[in-house]
Amino acid sequence: MAENTVSRRRAIGLAGAGVAGVVGASAVAGAFFADKPEKTVSSDAISDAVPFQGAVQAGIVTPAQDRLHFVAFDVLTKDRAQLVQLLKDWTDAANRMTAGKDAGSIGATQGILEAPPDDTGEAIGLPASGLTLTIGFGPTLFRDATGKDRFGLAARKPAALADLPHFPGDLIDPAISGGDICVQACANDPQVAVHAIRNLARIGMGVVSVRWSQLGFGRTSSTSTSQATPRNLFGFKDGTANLKAEETDLLKQNLWVQPGDGPDWMTGGAYVVTRKIRMMIETWDRTSLGEQEDIIGRTKGEGAALGQAKEFDEIDLVSKNGEGDPVIPVDAHVRLAHPDTNKGAHLLRRGYNFVDGSDGLGRLNAGLFFIAYQRDPRTHFVPIQTNLARLDAMNEYVRHVSSGLFACPPGVTGPDDFWGRALFA
Amino acid sequence: MRYTPLFVSLVAISAVAACGGGKSDSAAGGSGPITVKATDTACEVAKSQLDAGTHVFAVANSGSKVTEFYVYAAGDRVMGEVENITPGLSRELRVELPAGTYQTACKPGMVGTGIRNTLTVAGSAPALSEDAALAQATESYTRYITSQSEALVQKTTEFAAAVKAGDIEKAKSLYPVARTYYERIEPVAEIFGDLDPKIDGREDDATAALPFTGFHKLEKDLWVTKDVSKDGAIADQLVTDVKEVVTKAKDEKLSPLQLANGAKELLDEVATSKITGEEDRYSHTDLWDFAANVDGSQAAVAALRPALEQRDPALVKQIDTAFANVDTELAKYRDGDGWKLQNQLTQAELKGLSDVINAVAEPISKIAGVIAQK
Repeated sequence: MAENTVSRRRAIGLAGAGVAGVVGASAVAGAFFADKPEKTVSSDAISDAVPFQGAVQAGIVTPAQDRLHFVAFDVLTKDRAQLVQLLKDWTDAANRMTAGKDAGSIGATQGILEAPPDDTGEAIGLPASGLTLTIGFGPTLFRDATGKDRFGLAARKPAALADLPHFPGDLIDPAISGGDICVQACANDPQVAVHAIRNLARIGMGVVSVRWSQLGFGRTSSTSTSQATPRNLFGFKDGTANLKAEETDLLKQNLWVQPGDGPDWMTGGAYVVTRKIRMMIETWDRTSLGEQEDIIGRTKGEGAALGQAKEFDEIDLVSKNGEGDPVIPVDAHVRLAHPDTNKGAHLLRRGYNFVDGSDGLGRLNAGLFFIAYQRDPRTHFVPIQTNLARLDAMNEYVRHVSSGLFACPPGVTGPDDFWGRALFA
Repeated sequence: MRYTPLFVSLVAISAVAACGGGKSDSAAGGSGPITVKATDTACEVAKSQLDAGTHVFAVANSGSKVTEFYVYAAGDRVMGEVENITPGLSRELRVELPAGTYQTACKPGMVGTGIRNTLTVAGSAPALSEDAALAQATESYTRYITSQSEALVQKTTEFAAAVKAGDIEKAKSLYPVARTYYERIEPVAEIFGDLDPKIDGREDDATAALPFTGFHKLEKDLWVTKDVSKDGAIADQLVTDVKEVVTKAKDEKLSPLQLANGAKELLDEVATSKITGEEDRYSHTDLWDFAANVDGSQAAVAALRPALEQRDPALVKQIDTAFANVDTELAKYRDGDGWKLQNQLTQAELKGLSDVINAVAEPISKIAGVIAQK
């Protein structure tokens, strides 16, 4: 059967789509060593393809797309070779789908009638939509819950991939936490993101099993200065002070794993922490505007730090008001999360809002699916979250219900490379 | 239930009916039947080496459990089988065996892989052409249907009699056993229009034209209502319908493609309605049906085995491993000669079962494509 190389894309651009100024992922290729960003490739169509291959994985500093489907798999097979073959098959499919093609080489409708198609078909006619697929390996891949080294990888486990501690107030449900492998699919069309995860799960059937997955909409962080700051479900701008693709020095210090940090296979990668954070929407909504702003530490309209006029004005953690209290309260979220409070640790956040319907008590089952990439969770997410879990005034309105930690290797380069090649070498 | 009878739309391959025949050495002549002494722990077959030809096995059950006797070719392809040999009973199996290596198996309690012995059949084994290998599949599967059908009628009749006698406990114990035979051959049973809904329909599938009858109506009355005093007519009708299915099934020649799809459909049944507890929602005996669907799927694949070995041996290997994993996982939930109730399993245990079913259904979904391509 001849390879079906035709892109499924028919539409060029999405009429009425409001996001402009998307920066291609190649902008950051190699940036984990470089002092300055390489050329910035501009594109104005949210339907375009983001290159899958590159020195770093796409989907980290790629300007955050609008939709998410995040999945965590458990590995079923005990056969290392079978797992490696799956990673190769997945890489092929990811190469194809991120380019806007069908998942398999035959295609959704081109095969013989007797066999199931090698693509599920729901993305026929849809453009690439900025799809990125980002893989990560969880601590249990290296040593499972019983301590077993199933694939001879235990010696390659980075120290930075240490299990997250229990944070005060955590209500973690193990059934929607952890996992051996994760894949983050981000796209500007939800159907494209879901299609990608569905096909990877289909290809992996029998070798891996979906442990949990999460849909998200409405990015809650900007990861490029070209993007406007979006709002989370509390109604506040989120991610104003986020790490951005253009901040090369900070990315080097805080995001990309550097040579010597740990095992070589992770150099140029990053660790991702996911937290499903349920928001107590209804009680938040009957909280006064003033209290809401004090809890966040920013104004709701402009998003300026309290005491400042504009969103990007420098935050002032020192000044006091007429009564001698800090302008930004001691338990305000921005203060506790700020790098100055955390030995300069920056996170690159690219979380998404979620609404999983309602909860049977008439309340929205909604919140933030928090995603943060970093060079080392032990110096970044863990101390920051320890601080927040103890002191954050926002805790009254949030519940952490799931948790994930994965090591995301560097990008795939070249036709023979595949997800995890260096790890399994 | 629930699946549209996909088979109907497929064109049967007529060529297969013409095949078979084979040699008629009548090796049984003179020496008489080969005796098989079956107990709860042993399966003594009088001979382990035979000449190619037709043989008769006389299976005597001196154990305390109902048993079954099988002659398997590689990959558990059924060459011949007798079901439902009750304690004290003796039954005969006539089977045609070309040269090759086989296994005999007694299955006391009618479950598991059974007590196995190797059986070597001497003589020349002509290589099969690809078409002949395919044609053989239909024949093999027909043998399976025949043996299952017989037991189905017997056990359903016993079940119906217990219902009519108002013996609720006995009827409850026979319910999952009778269903086992039905669930094994469900892809065939589903071919015949309204018969499957009448026999195996669920309460929420009932319509004015097709009221709630059959196994599940009786299940509800046995487990929930606890009153079967008005169910005599329903029990009689169930037996009538089952007999009709069996009569029709014997004349039905399933094409290799139908077998491939049947194997997949049975696993889809497991995935959608057995793991969820939807099928036997009153009795929670879903794991019996689960095991029976897997048996049936395995039998259909085994029938196709010679053809698949020629075309895609790697796929055969993959399927063998995956079925072995299903057996291992399912074995965790054995309870005596039966199975734990579906609602006794935790969500994590059900996920474990779901994973092994998905793992075998995936390669099985590829069989039809392999069979269809020359």
